[in-house]
Order: sequence, then C-alpha cells, then structure tokens
Amino acid sequence: MASGEFRPRIVGFLCSWCAYSGADLAGVSRIPSSPCLTAIRVMCTGRIDPGFVLHALASGADGVLLAGCHPGDCHYSEGNFKCLRRAIALRQLVKAFGIEEERVRLEWISASEADKFARVSVEMEGTLRGLGPLGWNEPTPRAEAEARREAHAEA
Amino acid sequence: MPKPRLALYWAASCGGCEIAILDLHEKVLEVEANFEIVFWPVALDVKYADVEAMAPGSIDLCLFNGAIRTSENEHLARVLRERARTLVAFGSCAHEGCIPALANATSREAIFRAVYHDSPSTANPDGVEPQTVAMLSEGIEVALPEFWEEVKTLDQIVDVDYYVPGCPPQAHRIWEVVEAVLSGGPLPPKGSVIGAGQETCCEECPRTREEKRIRQFLRPHQVIADPSRCLLDQGLVCLGPATRSGCGALCPQAGMPCRGCYGPPPQVRDQGAKMISALASVIDSTDEQEIQKILDGIVDPVGTFYRFSLGHSMLRRVR
Amino acid sequence: MKTMKTITIDPVTRLEGHARIDILLDEAGHVENAYLRVPELRGFEAFCVGRPVEEMPRITTRICGVCPEAHHMASAKACDAVYQVKIPPAARKLRELLYNTFYVADHAVHFYVLSGPDFVVGPDAPVSERNVFGLIRKVGADTGRKVIEARAKAQELIKTLGGKSIHQVTSLPGGVSRGLSAEERSRAVEITADLVEFGKLTLKVLDDVVLSNREYLDLILSDAFRHETHYMGLVDEQNRPNYYDGQVRVVDTKGKEIARFPGSEYLDHVAEHVEPWSYLKFPYLKRLGWKGLVDGPDSGVYRVAPLARLNVADGMSTPLAQEQYERMMSTLGGRPVHYTLAYHWARVIELVNAAERAYELACDPEITSPELRILPTATPKEGVGVVEAPRGILFHHYVTDENGILRSVNLIVGTTNNYAAMSLSVKKAAQALIQSDRKVTDGVLNRIEMAFRAYDPCFGCATHALPGQLPLEVTLRDSRGGILERRSSP
Repeated sequence: MASGEFRPRIVGFLCSWCAYSGADLAGVSRIPSSPCLTAIRVMCTGRIDPGFVLHALASGADGVLLAGCHPGDCHYSEGNFKCLRRAIALRQLVKAFGIEEERVRLEWISASEADKFARVSVEMEGTLRGLGPLGWNEPTPRAEAEARREAHAEA
Repeated sequence: MPKPRLALYWAASCGGCEIAILDLHEKVLEVEANFEIVFWPVALDVKYADVEAMAPGSIDLCLFNGAIRTSENEHLARVLRERARTLVAFGSCAHEGCIPALANATSREAIFRAVYHDSPSTANPDGVEPQTVAMLSEGIEVALPEFWEEVKTLDQIVDVDYYVPGCPPQAHRIWEVVEAVLSGGPLPPKGSVIGAGQETCCEECPRTREEKRIRQFLRPHQVIADPSRCLLDQGLVCLGPATRSGCGALCPQAGMPCRGCYGPPPQVRDQGAKMISALASVIDSTDEQEIQKILDGIVDPVGTFYRFSLGHSMLRRVR
Repeated sequence: MKTMKTITIDPVTRLEGHARIDILLDEAGHVENAYLRVPELRGFEAFCVGRPVEEMPRITTRICGVCPEAHHMASAKACDAVYQVKIPPAARKLRELLYNTFYVADHAVHFYVLSGPDFVVGPDAPVSERNVFGLIRKVGADTGRKVIEARAKAQELIKTLGGKSIHQVTSLPGGVSRGLSAEERSRAVEITADLVEFGKLTLKVLDDVVLSNREYLDLILSDAFRHETHYMGLVDEQNRPNYYDGQVRVVDTKGKEIARFPGSEYLDHVAEHVEPWSYLKFPYLKRLGWKGLVDGPDSGVYRVAPLARLNVADGMSTPLAQEQYERMMSTLGGRPVHYTLAYHWARVIELVNAAERAYELACDPEITSPELRILPTATPKEGVGVVEAPRGILFHHYVTDENGILRSVNLIVGTTNNYAAMSLSVKKAAQALIQSDRKVTDGVLNRIEMAFRAYDPCFGCATHALPGQLPLEVTLRDSRGGILERRSSP
C-alpha cells in the first residue's frame, strides 16, 4: 500500500455469541476480511451504549460496525432489538451532526456466517474509502490559526 | 483572621447565574459579610488590569460563569485560573456550554452572515462587519475581542476544580456550596460536581411512572398532558432519565418536560448518547421501519439531546 | 504631529458587564468624541435555526437571565402567531400577571442597586460608599430589608406561574402549561397587594432622596443630560402603556404621533445599522434614515424603555401610576420629556403601574379558569411577537417550515434600541463634563457613566456592588495611533 493513502479505521462491536464467532470463523477459514476493522467483543449488541459509537467516531474511527445475532436468535432474547432501536437513533443523530449515516452500520451476522462477515467488512472499507476520512478531532485550518493567535497573545 | 477572597466573573453568559445568587435573598448579605469580594466586574469597580495585577493564588475562590466564546472570555479564564486557588465552573455555560454552545451546531460565518447581513431588519449595503481591529474616523485604532470558531467550556481552556451545574444553579444549591466552603471542612475530591444531587431528575419528580411503551413522540404544544403521569410515558421527550438531580424537577412539575440543564447524571460521559439509549429501550416496536417512523417524531436530535451539553459532548460540534 | 489622549472606562460598572467607553481628547483637552463599544455577541439568530419553534420560549430566555420573562413572552407570542392561534383569555391573564410581577422586581433592582447609589449616596461620593451598602446605610436597614423581601415575594410568584424563577418554562404556542390553584391565587393576591405597598415605598424614597433635592433636580434638568429624540413604546387602545401587548406607537421630538403599527409590521419602520467597532447594531427609524450618531427631529435615532413609554402614552392604566405620571409631566415641562435622567422617575412610575396591574389580575375571577391551552391546528409559517421588556421594546420574528422547524430568526432586543441614544448620552455628558481646565476626577467619570446607567442596561446585579477603585488608564497616542505614553491611576 502506498504511504499517504487513506486507510479507513473501522471499529466493530461484535456480539460474542454470533458476530464475533462469525468473524473468528472467517479468520480460521482464511476468508479474507478487511484488515481495517478492529474488533471489540461484547456479550450482546444490547450492551452497546450509543456513547461507545460516538466515542469511537470522536477518537479517530472513520466508521463503526455493530453486528449481532439475527432478530429472534439473540442469546439474551431481546438484546438485539434494543440495539436495532439504538442504531436507528444513532444514525439519525450522527446525520444531524453532519456525519454520513453510512459510517454507522448495523448487521445481523450469525456464528456460521463467516462469508457475510468478510463481505460486510470489505464493503464497509470500500464505502469509507469513498467517503474519505472522518477526521473528527483534527483541527480545522481556522482552529489552528486561532490557536496560534491566542498563544501569541498570551505570551 | 482575614475573610476569604472571592471573585465572580461572567464570560459568554446571560447573567442568570448572578441573578441566581441574588435569589439567595437575605442570605446574600451573609455572603458579603463572610467574604471579601475582590473582583466582580458587573458589580464592583475593579478593572481587568487590577485583577491582572493580583498575585497568583491570591484569590481563594473564583466562581466563573459563562462559556468561552471570545478571546476576552479565554483571557480572563487564564488570568483567573492563575490567581485563584479554587476555580469553580459555575452554571451550565461554564460547565458544559449551555445555550451559547448551540452555536457549535452552526458556524462563526453563519452567525456573522445572519446577524450582520441576512437579518431582514439590518441595512448594511457595504457589508460592514465588526472587526478585531477597526479604525475610527479620528484615526485611532480600537480592538474588539476575537470571536472564536467554536464555543468552549471552561475546562477545555483551563484546569477546573469544581462544577456547579444548572441553568441557573438553584439558589438553595448555591447556598449549600457557600456553606460548605465557609464551614472549613474537607471538600469533595477535585473535579467533583457539587451543589447538585447524585441521581437523576426522575428521582425528584413526583409524577407516577408506569412501564413505558412508546408508540409515538409528541411535541409539547401538540398535547395537553396528564399532570400526574410521567411525561415520557405520555410520549413527550423528557430528559429526566439522563439529567442529574438537584433542581427538584421544577419543569415537569410546571407541566413541561425536562430539557437537561443540570447536565448528565454521575458517571455519564455524554448526556445525549445516554438519552437516546434510554429512549431506544422504551420504544414499543421491533420493526425497523416502524421504529424509524417513531424516531422521526424527534425533530431536532442535536438541539433536543444536547440542548445544554453540546460543549461537553463527545462530538462537541456539528459539521 | 497631532496627539490624541484616550480615557478608557473598561468595563463600565453597575450595569452590563461587557461594555466599555473610549473617550478621545484633542490636544487642547476637549472631548472630540466618546465611543460606547460592546465586545460581545453570541448569535441566537443563527443557532436557533433548525430548532423547533415551540422550544424558543425556553431557549430565548437565555438571551438574558435578568429579563428572561421578556424573551419568554415575546417568544411565546411569536409562536402563537406562527401557529395562528389565539390563546384562551385565562392564559393571557396568567402570562400578563407573571409579566407585571416581574416588572416590579426588575425595576426595583435597577432603582435600588444599580442607579440608586448615584442619587442616594451622591454622584461624587467616594467609590467605597457609592454602592448598595452605602445606599442601605443612607436609607436604613429597614428599607433595605423591605426591598429584599419584596423581590423575594415577586420571585416566588414568578416561580409559581413560570415554573422557575429564572428562565421560565410555562408558555408555549397556544397558552400556558399550568394555572393557579385557589390557594396559589390567594397567595398571589397577598403578594401583589404587598408589591403595591412596596411601590408606594419606592415612590417615597424617590421623593425624599431625589425629587426634593434641588441639586438632583438641576442635574436632571441640565442640558448635559438632554437629547431630543423620537420615542417608541407599546400602547393599548387608549394609548396607555401595556408591557405585555399592544400597538407600537412612535412619537416625534415634539410628541406628535408619526407611526402606529402592529408588531408584525416592524420591518416597515425599523432598520439596523452596523459599525466595525462594536458587535452591537444600531436600530433607527426607517422613515428618517440613519444620519449617524446625532439626535434631533431629522435623525432616525429613537429611544425606548420607561421614559419613552411614558412619552408615547396619553396616560397610565392604573390610578396611582396615573397620578404620578401627571405629576412628573407637569414638573418636567410636559410631554415629551427629553431629560435622560428622568428615566429613573419614569421607571418608578412603571413599577407602581405594574404592581397595581398585577394586583388587578390576581383578583380577576377568570384567572383560576382551567381553560389554559388551545392545541394549534394551522400549518406553522411565520410570526412576530412584541412585548415591552423593562429595557425597551422587544421583537421576536420567526420563520418556520411547515413542520414548525425554524428557518430564520430575527431579534431586536430592548437595550439595543437605545444603543444610539446611549452613545449620544455618553458623548454629550463627556463633552460637558470634561473640560481642559478641570481635573478628570472619579466623580466626573461616574457622571458620564450615569448617562449610561439611566437607560438600565440588560444586566442587573443586586447586592454585590462593593468598595473599589474606579480604574483610570490614560493612553497618549500620536496621530497614527502609536503609543507615546501610558499612565494609570492607583
């Protein structure tokens, strides 16, 4: 990969029983998935606090994947429905902040769906390459100029 | 024994926090009797240059209200941090940005355009704007503070010792803080939120709560709510579950939903995220399209979930 | 090389914290000009775009924490207009009761704490005495206690009606969210009756301390504090001030009516001018145009707030206030009164008027009616809400989409209307009081501040005006603005 080329950073919150196992299976089966994705295992997608997603985006992630059991298959019966509702609310919220909705993606991936995990991760990498870096906390040129002026004034 | 030296300053604020101190009524005379007030520009004839001349650490307590909007606000924040042994972010603006931080949902350019150009009552054919340095017709240069791109909270500029939340902090809570300081007893750990509760606003609200199954969100003018039942139960977005206790749940008792001015509850990092998490838990649907439709009833997510806390939120501003 | 000396008062005190005065002196020591400059801006007109309009009565209160009631009401009325809804009579009376109660409290703060010391203790009194504590020592602790108690009662009633004593929440499009129980109404009658008595007390303080003092009357009637301007205020059908609602009436420098219009037509009559040396804009009358910072019949500069409201009025809506109005007008030579320091007198008359009106409303049988809300059905579009804030007429103008989400917001706020007049007052006072052969004392600079203080700026702070030194920094500059010398007083 050429240096300087944008390499998207994806944070993936994967539920232990389904999506994480599916990701694990993809690895073991050597089905290529995106190297851009950093997996974070949660017991259930119902555990995912919207704050985790915002934190990820504010900390340098270009996109966040939430992946869990198919509706009806949740190990804790309804946790993934909570996640469904939160994800919809999250997408609405990030859009209001001026962040492209596609940067937050919800998928149902079972423990056996290694192919799906791989496909989704690669698709998401492609989407983010198209959208470009989020760079949420990188200072704008104006902010940098202001910081220089203020430092000069205080000196 | 000399009286402790007290300073009060207002940055980008509305003045409500000072009036909240006035709402101590006769107790405010006790404040005056027990402190030597050394700097309070709105009330004392003490100049910026005078406080700049004070020695570091020579002010015992500084109550700083207002957000950091301009270079003048920022400068005073730094000046007071150096001179105050204890610096308190007093009120919602200094604590988390409050209403002035809603400007982070727009831009400096949009503000100047709205105020000085697009405003229908403004006659400005030459496109004049306030300048950081301007020349008077007498040939003298004068300066105005710079209007920063982003509104900041006090702790985004300097180290803050304590936070007193609220818009404004309620008078009886302010008195608690004054008494605590005057008592001479140990204060809570640095960085604590003081003058407020440790729970959510719901704990102070007398309305009856039932199991929530929300099928529709309503706006306050669209419904006459039952005065005894939880507002959220009735479909009105109320930020009580994601707001720190301390005010006594005044707004729900007056028939209006909480908008979160006391900031997030303890241990909650982002008030808006917590609120949407709470709402998502109680929406009564498992169908994606239906859920979307229900959530579309929330017409202004940023302004609703971060009405007071945008400055302290994780994302902090809108792009 | 021409040299110009600058005397800077930064910040101006016992009023809005963020303002400064730059006085420019020519080589002979005469005041060439004086600039009143405002160094702050927050941008409500921009960041309210995208917000739901029904939230505005709770957002715009944060424009000012001293007069949040004014913004709350102007905003609620603008929302009613946006939704084309007429609120039930009981809701209107509840809003008006809250509003008049607020007027008493707010005018009292200015009279006793901000401006009072100048008159009660004296404009040349030492700075250590020229504050509310000096005032209390002069008028007595008993009166001081009565002021605090009166304000506490007013705040209690405001909290009952408004939900919070600061930043009210109960008004929304279509009415108010809570009413008064029978018990609360009895308490309201009690409180407002006390406020009428407090109004009489304040009249007595004014009489004893100011109006019976020849020196102060001379000061009030002096040319240094006089401007011939137009005046604007809200009046009812009988041309009496009504702070909550009415038509906008404008009179010229001779007191003749030159305009009368509903608030919704404000754009036909008022425009704002921008200068690069201040963040605050200068409203003026369109029919006369912006002629610069000058007064007189040909200038578009107009004044608002208590003196202006009494100047545009033919009388007052309550008996005691009417009596005092007639007395003031005959003492000061008839309408319109151009003496800026008469603002203080007009303000006390308004305090009495508001207390009497609040009592009337509290006693009104309809005020306990349960009919408090109408649910709007029309598609929201656009609306203007106008009230009289204590510091001047206040316009809230909202344009929304069909969902009630704000597309644009325009505000002309109280004190702003007086910005040109305040600038003139400061300059004229400076020119009259600073002479080359006289020392520029603290008392002189304070009298220049009195020219500003009479207008009662946006911020009032109560009891913490404490001993302190009025700072004085003198900067000598050459004609290119370079600094030759700086001197500061101790």
